[in-house]
Amino acid sequence: MRTAPATATAMVRPPGLPRLLAGVRSDFAATLDEHLATYGPPPAAGTIDLTALADASGLRGLGGAGFPTGRKLAAVAGQPRRPVVIANGAEGEPVSGKDKVLLRYLPHLVLDGATAAAHALGAREAIVAVSRSDSDGLETVNAAIHERHGFDKRVRLRAVAVPDGFVAGEETALIQFLNRGVAKPTFTPPLPFERGVGRAPTLVQNVETLAQLALIARFGPDWFRAVGTWEEPGSALVTISGAVGEPGVYEVAFGTPLRDLVTQAGGVTEHVRAFLVGGFFGTWLGENEAREARLLETDLRARGARLGARAIVVLPPSACGICESAHALRYLADSSAGQCGPCVHGLEAIAASFERLAAPNARDERQRLSRWITQVRGRGACRHPDGTAAFAASALQVFASEAEQHLHGRCPGSRSVLPAVAAR
Amino acid sequence: MKRVRVNPITCEGHGLCAELLPERIQLDEWGFPIVDPEPVTGEAARHAARAVEACPTLALLLENAQGGR
Repeated sequence: MRTAPATATAMVRPPGLPRLLAGVRSDFAATLDEHLATYGPPPAAGTIDLTALADASGLRGLGGAGFPTGRKLAAVAGQPRRPVVIANGAEGEPVSGKDKVLLRYLPHLVLDGATAAAHALGAREAIVAVSRSDSDGLETVNAAIHERHGFDKRVRLRAVAVPDGFVAGEETALIQFLNRGVAKPTFTPPLPFERGVGRAPTLVQNVETLAQLALIARFGPDWFRAVGTWEEPGSALVTISGAVGEPGVYEVAFGTPLRDLVTQAGGVTEHVRAFLVGGFFGTWLGENEAREARLLETDLRARGARLGARAIVVLPPSACGICESAHALRYLADSSAGQCGPCVHGLEAIAASFERLAAPNARDERQRLSRWITQVRGRGACRHPDGTAAFAASALQVFASEAEQHLHGRCPGSRSVLPAVAAR
Repeated sequence: MKRVRVNPITCEGHGLCAELLPERIQLDEWGFPIVDPEPVTGEAARHAARAVEACPTLALLLENAQGGR
């Protein structure tokens, strides 16, 4: 991870960026004292209206779905039973590292956010979900919880290790894991806000959303809106990898042009062929589109892409988009929870077809592939088939010329920039 | 107004629904239903009710057209 080094002096109401990452020290977690010295103390329970502040700030969920945080808080608060809060740090996206960075370096910011949300909802328990393989994150969060003993007596905090895997961090999968030990999505309704952990209404928020909420609780919505655009205010964490000089996690304002983000990440190391925006759950953007694109959901949607959890991979021409996509689609198909027929069979068919396209002596089955891509959408209990279909559709569109080359027995690139991941 | 919806977790692809409600349900090449979310009325509504009854895994649901996810 690379960020500007934090200043030694207490930094209340940070005026510019980084502000979420302002408390990151060299390479170990901020202690509670250091955390309080950087951001100041959190407001006492009952002294703020967090839902109203979240609404006024325009904060949206930063885990990928982008649901307005104030509305989610209000939906949970409107239920008759005492709710539970889950801080979702189970980051299954292979090319995203932002949640791990927060857990590893700024656990108290996440815990402040979870505590503030619990206060607002009258919840007495907040659970931090961390991926099993993220042992550093788990250790850091446990140490931070221990350190906070007596800091807030109303809310009991605990960390839970959840299975790795692409689908395990999906809200309903997280809840089913906490309830029954099975990390697989469930059929909805009921949605988590209606019935979640122990049948209680449950607020599931990404750890970055909660960290932002911790700062909004302190500094208010106007401060939050000082960067970003009116519709998409604030800053967010971006994970950038691939053909850039300094891959890592960066905090940038919404609205930042992708090319500025690349500059911040050390510039490109080669020409750019395409951008993968939103990680494996996202879509490819060709070089021309990407050059003009900004880090805004509205801008990317207009280009047929989604911002997702802001994981971005820069693909150089020395890598082949068809081969890279075939690897990613294999991972996505193997990551199916195996519950829904259309996901099990459809994703397998799409992945296998892409693998044949990427292999030598490919034959043209793009028509069949397009049909499967259209067919699987909306037919799973969760959105895993939809995300996979969107990824495959964008690969066929952006890498149409590479696909043609494969059909003529040529592969245009040999380098690989996507991580070699296997589904667990 | 009602429409049909499949619980994809409980559905095992028996395919009876596509025979009983061809107006709204087709099967994919693995035998799993592709459902048209258009509300069912008149005769289609009767067919839908029968298909819901016949599903061996109780995976086919009739729900209010306004509700849902």
